[in-house]
Amino acid sequence: MSFPWAQQYKPTTEFGQWMDDRLPVGRLIYNSLGAGYPTPRNLNYMWNFGSLAGLFLVIQIVTGIILAMHYAANANIAFDSVEHIMRDVNSGWMIRYAHANGASFFFIAIYLHIGRGLYYGSYKAPREMIWLLGVVIYLLAMATAFMGYVLPWGQMSFWGAKVITGLFEAIPLVGKPIQELLLGGFAPDNAALNRFFSLHYLLPFVIAGVIIMHIWALHIPGSNNPTGVSVKGKQDTVPFHPFYTAKDGWFVGLALIFFTAMLFFMPNALGHADNYIPANPLSTPAHIVPEWYFWPWYAILRAFTFDFFFVPAKLLGVLAMFSAILVWFFLPWLDRSPVRSGDYRPRFKKFFWFGLVPCIVILGICGGAPAEEPYVMLSQLASAYYFAHFLIVLPLLSRIEKPAPLPNSITEAVIGKPLQQAS
Amino acid sequence: MVRFFGILIGLFFAGMMVYSFGRGAVEYVSNPPVKAVEYQFHEKPKEVSFASDGPFGKFDNQQLQRGFQVYKEVCAACHGLRLVAFRNLSDLGYSEDEVKAIAANWPIETPDIDPNTGEASTRPSIPADKFPKPFANNVAAAAANNNAIPPDLSLITKARGGGAPYIYSLLTGYAEVPAKLPEANRPGSGLHYNPYFANLNIAMAPPITADGQVTYSDETEATLSQMAEDVSAFLIWTAEPSLIKQKQTGWAVLAFLLIATILAFLSYKSIWADVKSEKKKKDA
Repeated sequence: MSFPWAQQYKPTTEFGQWMDDRLPVGRLIYNSLGAGYPTPRNLNYMWNFGSLAGLFLVIQIVTGIILAMHYAANANIAFDSVEHIMRDVNSGWMIRYAHANGASFFFIAIYLHIGRGLYYGSYKAPREMIWLLGVVIYLLAMATAFMGYVLPWGQMSFWGAKVITGLFEAIPLVGKPIQELLLGGFAPDNAALNRFFSLHYLLPFVIAGVIIMHIWALHIPGSNNPTGVSVKGKQDTVPFHPFYTAKDGWFVGLALIFFTAMLFFMPNALGHADNYIPANPLSTPAHIVPEWYFWPWYAILRAFTFDFFFVPAKLLGVLAMFSAILVWFFLPWLDRSPVRSGDYRPRFKKFFWFGLVPCIVILGICGGAPAEEPYVMLSQLASAYYFAHFLIVLPLLSRIEKPAPLPNSITEAVIGKPLQQAS
Repeated sequence: MVRFFGILIGLFFAGMMVYSFGRGAVEYVSNPPVKAVEYQFHEKPKEVSFASDGPFGKFDNQQLQRGFQVYKEVCAACHGLRLVAFRNLSDLGYSEDEVKAIAANWPIETPDIDPNTGEASTRPSIPADKFPKPFANNVAAAAANNNAIPPDLSLITKARGGGAPYIYSLLTGYAEVPAKLPEANRPGSGLHYNPYFANLNIAMAPPITADGQVTYSDETEATLSQMAEDVSAFLIWTAEPSLIKQKQTGWAVLAFLLIATILAFLSYKSIWADVKSEKKKKDA
């Protein structure tokens, strides 16, 4: 930890000293979660969703490993093996519903976590690497969730796999071979199911590895905070433990109340009825929709309805959909405003709350709706704003905007008046 | 450099979108989309409630047994329950002997091989068997049913958007073909008009046609809607046998989490008391 006023780890027992000389696990925990990690004292509840996303990743890994003990990744029996888990495995329904709803809660947490970063400028120097690693985690999570949804081998699993891998077909020349490589054949079948299962089991551990780097990178500059003003001294911080462990602790309880209410009382509310019909390559569902957390991107994909000279609409849609996420990789260099927090950027704040947020919500609604009017036109307007926001508004805004006066320090912002220079 | 190319790409995508919106809007105004005829005549599932609804809901075993009777006497000839085993019927309050008798007397036997010759044969079912399929395969099912395959009912209330109310509405929703229905949407041969079905014309002939079609052993009067409701309730159970256990477990988990969260919140408050009071002190 880089703050000079961070407390130093002192082993209290002889064994602790012995371990510290050989494998300093205690020191690592102390420096990353303990009193050795000073954290801004003014973090609001938007700073709780990182640890929450981590918790849901752990829930996913634990329930997923148990499910894998009973699940059979074979196109002939995959559907029935899931029903076997639901009906015959002791408490199997709980494990499966926890896994299915846990994915949604992971994405709720991660979306609020990303939104927090976007509003408070957590992607700006010196935290660019944290942001970039976060985007990588998000991409990996989307791939993992998509492949996981294929595993029950219901109608939506099958047709979702067909549509999503079909996107690669739009790429000129190499598209078709890429699609066949992804599927291990010409259409989703046993080969596709097997490789999806294998990768679905692998990727969460890759995600865990990238999260370690994400948190490592976080511990160099420390957390951003609602004022966006850098920590200036000891008075601006509190030790992570017990202050933020306690705050994260009770908030985790609150989140689990929502999670379990969903799990036990409305476990299928976020799913699609068609996925309780076994996959049937000869019968196409009326509306093929992905899981809710993909809806905004799905809306952008379907918003492209016209060819652009020799570029077909489908390829444009695919490019736009991937660009919509890839643009986040360039965000720290697109938004050059030296002020981090949206609280002190009057114009940015308006574009954020009245532009970006409604635009994502509209895209989400349109992505879940059938591809008919007025949803297509709405998603075209919202997509236009989405790209304009990141690629035009933010770069220009940082040139013309006059930020509100910043507090001199975090402590001054908390206490509400200038502090005498004590330290 | 990043911003320069960014703005170019942004202009391209946003421009494409605005252009597409414009063309779509012109098309929309000059040539408004017509709602498919199905939408005009299609009806939403009827409002019907079941004992198992809501966070405190419980199965009514009497009703499930009646529903099972309806399934057995009306539906089972064409619709399977391939994911449900006879032993599961003990959940409905049947005794072990009753379950054995139901399995042994089931009109369709379980496929097996002859223990002496190894040739394909059938034998009476035992409680461990799943309900035998009414047709050997989809081809046989289609051939016997005017080219439509009767879906398996194990998961049907979870596999249809409307759930059990949809099943109830479908069973009670057969109607006369409306006079205004265009020729193209009228039921062809072997099809039956039912406004609750997605494309209005269902291959299944009305399965429950008259009051008293099934003779209930309890006091309940076997009206058409009663039988439809009972079999829908039974199909909620087949789709989610652990439904009630889920809700009961849920309440226990919620009670635990509520207490744990309140305690965690109080400890959070007491840990932060000093930091917060520092702010108050300075304010004073």
